[in-house]
Amino acid sequence: MGPVKTVAGRGLPLIIDDIDTDRIVPARFLRCVTFDGIGKFAFYDERYYSDGTPKNFPMNEPVYEGASVILAGKNFGCGSSREHAPQSLRRAGFNAVIAESFAEIFFGNSLTIGLVCATMPGSAIAEISNGLKENTESEIILSVDACTVEFRGKKYPFRIPETARNALINGSYDLLAELLRNNKKVTEAAKMLPY
Amino acid sequence: MPKTLYQKVWEKHSVARLENGQTQLFIGAHLLHEVTSPQAFALLREMGRNVAYPERTFAVCDHIIPTGLIKRPLKDDLAEEMLCALENNTRKENITFFSPDKSYGVIHIVMPEHGIIRPGMTIACGDSHTATHGAFGAVAFGIGTSQVRDVLATQTVGVSPLKTRRILINGNLSKGVAAKDVILKVISVLGVNGGIGYAYEFDGPVIRSMSMEERMTICNMAIEGGARVGYINPDETTFAYLKGLPYSPQGDEWHKQLTYWKSIATDSGAEFDDEVTFDVTELKPIVTWGITPAMALPVDGKIPIPESALEKEAVEYMKVKPGASVLGTKIDVVFIGSCTNGRIEDLRAAAAVVNGRRIAPNIRTLVVPGSVQVKNMAEKEGLDRVFKEAGFDWREPGCSMCLAMNDDKLKGDELSVSTSNRNFKGRQGSATGRTALASPVTAAASALEGAIADPRKYI
Repeated sequence: MGPVKTVAGRGLPLIIDDIDTDRIVPARFLRCVTFDGIGKFAFYDERYYSDGTPKNFPMNEPVYEGASVILAGKNFGCGSSREHAPQSLRRAGFNAVIAESFAEIFFGNSLTIGLVCATMPGSAIAEISNGLKENTESEIILSVDACTVEFRGKKYPFRIPETARNALINGSYDLLAELLRNNKKVTEAAKMLPY
Repeated sequence: MPKTLYQKVWEKHSVARLENGQTQLFIGAHLLHEVTSPQAFALLREMGRNVAYPERTFAVCDHIIPTGLIKRPLKDDLAEEMLCALENNTRKENITFFSPDKSYGVIHIVMPEHGIIRPGMTIACGDSHTATHGAFGAVAFGIGTSQVRDVLATQTVGVSPLKTRRILINGNLSKGVAAKDVILKVISVLGVNGGIGYAYEFDGPVIRSMSMEERMTICNMAIEGGARVGYINPDETTFAYLKGLPYSPQGDEWHKQLTYWKSIATDSGAEFDDEVTFDVTELKPIVTWGITPAMALPVDGKIPIPESALEKEAVEYMKVKPGASVLGTKIDVVFIGSCTNGRIEDLRAAAAVVNGRRIAPNIRTLVVPGSVQVKNMAEKEGLDRVFKEAGFDWREPGCSMCLAMNDDKLKGDELSVSTSNRNFKGRQGSATGRTALASPVTAAASALEGAIADPRKYI
């Protein structure tokens, strides 16, 4: 897991608010002790009827096959804390989500595995998403460094907390090594606690 | 300078500032369940490390556990594998495990009833409803599996501080209107994303007069309003609840701790980033009609005309008609339980509604006590008989049909009135299943009528 400075890939428009983690990966697929293989369950019930026939859902459209950047509305990833959600997106080939806002736990879980969550105004997301429909082959290019999204020659600014941006650029989004380095301070803090 | 509880607890538990600017926060108690921990233990083992503070780590198996009699191996191989993983991991690491042959139940019910959750603590768990424990004046939040690994390895986690919003609940609750209705109202006004970036402090006379069970219902659903943390300042109600619990301090230690607990309450004059006031005197029982907890209405309300794409999707998915009354909508299932409303007071309230009455024909009902302790208490009080005589299915503890990771599932497009916390598409185990969230008394009244019902006429 190295630095994540740029993400480039074709887009998948899922322009709706409050896409919850049960939609991203239904609970029955959490019956597992490893994340291996969870990629195939991403948006499973949005993609298939119970008899397995495909639904009318962007991920099923051939033009969006191989897309790696999700475009969504407000509060993406709301609901449960299941890291299975970003893990399934990651393993299904997505490297970034652009949304109007993100649920907090989802955002943190995504950052830890280097999945970029970029916040943009709805109007800009709508513009890109409309452009996508005509130009599904055009790449969306996110520069984490510059905080810009580039699509068909036009640049849009995006927002990301400075802490997350630094972590992605430096490749330090997996915090464990640093947490372990502070071991002495942790011991002291534990001793100081009144309980 | 006057401070909020959130600020005080944060400062007490801050270990270091991380290179990315986040805070390394010490976790007073780490709670584990079988769904979000096995991968974390595997990662820990790959690194050749052990759990840093096993005495601050507590586990229970709740999501996949059957609510019939438990026979090992479990019928579902995948569930058995998850339970075995938790048993092995906790045994190897000397972690307290409330096993299915002992005092188990839903993690957010078991831990408080043992006195593991106390004021001024930081609590983390790989579960979004960890917010529940804020009811004790703890700062409690859900984390993902990678962070579960971090806490196992270091008892710390990297986090950024939240802003604070005080939510004052004024007025008086009418009969038949519950804590669940209050929090559903708050969410429907502030929105499911209104709390992003905030910790919610709930206060005001209505909150102050609530029992610990009611406070847990309120804080439990802070996350449904987008707030990762919800809390209530500890007071005499909190201290009385904690007195004498297995993990509560005793003797001199009790007095020492009590001083700390009192000291961490929000100071008068502390500043909040935002403040919102509700008067709940006119509040009616609430039910949800759509696919987010904010799509909620008074039980005598009418389905709104959908505006957003999401609302249109909700109308279609829920098979409701804009302008139609919610009251009287035929239902198929009633589920009473979960970390939101599976506590003894919830069962007492629901039992009082059904006492001496019969459920409607052709509906399925599940009453799932939140824990063995809740179940035993209820049976001692005869609540199980009240439910059974009314025709309810009285089950063993677990998360059950809140998220349907065991056999308790909706079938097809069944409509369930549920006391749980999420009405997301597919949440209750069927990809086309439908959920109306409500309080225990509304769920009980709806079971009697076989349709969404107003509980006030039974109270």
